[in-house]
Amino acid sequence: MDSQTLYFSLELVAGSGHILNIEQRTALQTSLMILRKNYKFGRVLFWGKILGLKEDYFIAQGRGEDELKDKKNLYSFNCMDWFLLPPATNCLINEVSKAARGRFIGDPSHVYERVLRIHLEDDEEHEEVVKVSEENRLAVTIHWIDEEASVVPRGAFIKNPHGIVQMNRSFCGLSDSEARKLDSFLHFREPRNQKESILGMCELNQTIDFLDVLSDDIPKGSWSLQFECARKVCVLRSLLWLGLTFYHVPVTPHNGYIYIGNGYRNLDLNFML
Amino acid sequence: MGREELQRVFLALKQLVESQPVIQRCRLWGKILGTQSNYIVAEAECKEWEDEEEEKIGDEAAEEEEREAETREGDENEIDPLPQSTYKPPPLVPKEAMGTGANKFVYYVCKEPGLPWVKLPSVSPAQITVARQIRKFFSGRLDSPVNSYPPFPGNEGNYLRAQIARISAGTQVSPQGFFQTGEEEGDEEDEAPRDSYDVNPDFEGISVAEMVESLSTWVHHIQHILQQGRCTWVNLAVKREEDQNEDGEAEETEEEPDEPEQEVGPPLLTPLSQDAEIFNTPPWTTKMSSTLTSQHAAAVLRSNLWPGAYAYACGKKFENIYVGWGLKDVGEGYSPPLPPLPQKEYPSGPEITEAQDPSVEEEQVLEEALDEQEAEQEELDDTDEGELLDDD
Repeated sequence: MDSQTLYFSLELVAGSGHILNIEQRTALQTSLMILRKNYKFGRVLFWGKILGLKEDYFIAQGRGEDELKDKKNLYSFNCMDWFLLPPATNCLINEVSKAARGRFIGDPSHVYERVLRIHLEDDEEHEEVVKVSEENRLAVTIHWIDEEASVVPRGAFIKNPHGIVQMNRSFCGLSDSEARKLDSFLHFREPRNQKESILGMCELNQTIDFLDVLSDDIPKGSWSLQFECARKVCVLRSLLWLGLTFYHVPVTPHNGYIYIGNGYRNLDLNFML
Repeated sequence: MGREELQRVFLALKQLVESQPVIQRCRLWGKILGTQSNYIVAEAECKEWEDEEEEKIGDEAAEEEEREAETREGDENEIDPLPQSTYKPPPLVPKEAMGTGANKFVYYVCKEPGLPWVKLPSVSPAQITVARQIRKFFSGRLDSPVNSYPPFPGNEGNYLRAQIARISAGTQVSPQGFFQTGEEEGDEEDEAPRDSYDVNPDFEGISVAEMVESLSTWVHHIQHILQQGRCTWVNLAVKREEDQNEDGEAEETEEEPDEPEQEVGPPLLTPLSQDAEIFNTPPWTTKMSSTLTSQHAAAVLRSNLWPGAYAYACGKKFENIYVGWGLKDVGEGYSPPLPPLPQKEYPSGPEITEAQDPSVEEEQVLEEALDEQEAEQEELDDTDEGELLDDD
C-alpha cells in the first residue's frame, strides 16, 4: 500500500489479523520517504511482511515510471535500514523452486541446499547440488506473490499510447455494486490470457482492461470477497497465498494490498474449498 | 485487529454477557476467517450446565436398535434370512461431560459485532479425530455441510467447535507459575491427569527478557487432547465385552480385541520447551514487542504450528488470542487419507479357488508316469519275491 496513505490503510486491513505496532509505523513513515528520495522512485509502497522463524522481513517496493515493469524490492528488519533485493530472473526462479523448502529462517545469508539426483539415459546418476540463499528466495517469493496475487480495481491503472502503465489520476473508485463482483478486480501483472472473442471485446476499454480479471482464476473460489468494518470497506483475501489482503473503499480512490504471511503458496487449496 | 473493530467487539461481548446470565466469565478467544464471512469467537465459562439433549438422542438410538433386532428375529422365522453383515462399527467414544476436558468452556460466535451471538454445540471425540484428518476452509455459515473424506459427523458449526478445541489445546499458554494445580491430589499417585488449575496468588511476574529467551517459562494451561479425541482416556474394551454378552446367540464368537494401551498425554502445565518439532521448525517463535524501549516491552509468542495464534506477557498480565484461518500448518503438503481396502467377500482357500482342468497331453503324461510307477512297483515286488524264493 502506498506510503502516503499508510496511516489509515493499515487499520483497514487489520481485520486479517496483522497490524504493525506504532513504533514500526512511525519508523516506516520516515524511512519510506527517505528511500523514495534516495532511489528516485515515483512512489514507494509498503509491500508487507514475510514472517520467518527467527526474524521477520519488512518488504518495501519502489515503483518507477512504468508501474508494471519498473519494480524494485527492498527488505529490512527494523523498518529503518533497507537492503535492495536482486530482481527475479528465470534461472533464479528455477533454482529457488528446486532448492528452497521449509520456512523462512530470518537470516538472509542462510543457504538452502538440496542434492538432486538426475538420471541420464545411459543409467548414470548425476548428483547436482542446488544452493540458494535466503535473499534470493525472498526475491523470488515476492515475485511470485506479485504475479499471482496482486490486485487492483478496474480503472485504477491506465495504459497510455506508449504502452506505459500509470496510475489513473481520475479514478474515483468503484461503485458499491461493482465492488461486490469479482469481475471488477484485476491482476496486476503481465496479462497472460489471450484476447477473447470480438463480442466480448466491445465492452472492454483498451486503456483500462489490459489486465487479467480475478474471476478467471483457477480454481474458482480462490478469492474471498467480504465487506468489513460495518460494511464500508471491501476486502479481498487470497486463499492461494494466505495472508494477502486487498482493500478498497468504494466510491473513493483508496485501494491497496499487503501481504503478511509465511511466504508459502497454499498447495492444498483444491482440498480445502 | 484494528482499533475500531476491537471496540465493536468489546461492546458486543458486553452485550453477550448481559444477555446470558449463566455466563460467569467471558473473554475474546479470537477471530476465524472464512471465505464468505468471518467468525468472532468468545469463550465463556458457565456456572451451571444445561442438561444435554444428547442423552435423549442416545436413548432413542438404543431403542431403534432393539426394535431392529426384534424384527430381524421375526423375519428369520418366516423367510430365509438374507446374510447379515457381521460388520460392527467400532464403538463411539463417549463425549466428555460439560465442564471438563475439551468441553470445559462454552463458545459463542457471531459474524460481525452487533449481530446476535450463537452458541456452539459441545464437541465430541469423533469430531476431533476427523477434524485432525481433513483440511477445509470455513465458509462463514454455521449450517453448511462439510464435504470431506473421511466424512465429518456434523456441519460447519461442529467443525468450527472441533478446530477451536484443537487450537485451544495446542496454543493457550501462560507464564509459568501463574496457574498452579489443585493441591488435593498430593497424596494420590499420578494416574488421574490433573484437570484443574487455580490462579496462583503468589505469582510474581517473570522478567520479559527471560520470557523471550527460553520457552520453559511458558506453560500450557489447557489439557492436551489425546489420540482418542478426549482429554481423559476411556477404555473401550470393557464396553465391547458387555455388548457381546448381550447379543450372544446370533454372533459368532469374535476374537477379543487386544487391550488398548492407555493413552497418556503430557500433563497439565507442561512447559513449552517440551513441545515437539514438526518438519524441523520449532513450534514457537518468541519476540519482544519493541526493541527500542525494552523496559516497557512485552514478550510475544507466536505459534508456528497454528499460524495466527499469539500469546503475550507483560509483568503479571498475559493473554492469548487467535486470528487466522483455523488451520494447522502441516508443512509440505496435505494428502487426504486413503479409503480403506475393500473387504474380501469370502475367505479364499483351496476349496473354492478354481483350478485349471488338466489338458489331454498332461493327462497322458500323468498316465505314463503312473504306469511307470506301477511297473517299478511290480518289479520290486517280483524281486522281493525272487529274493524270498532264492533264500529258500
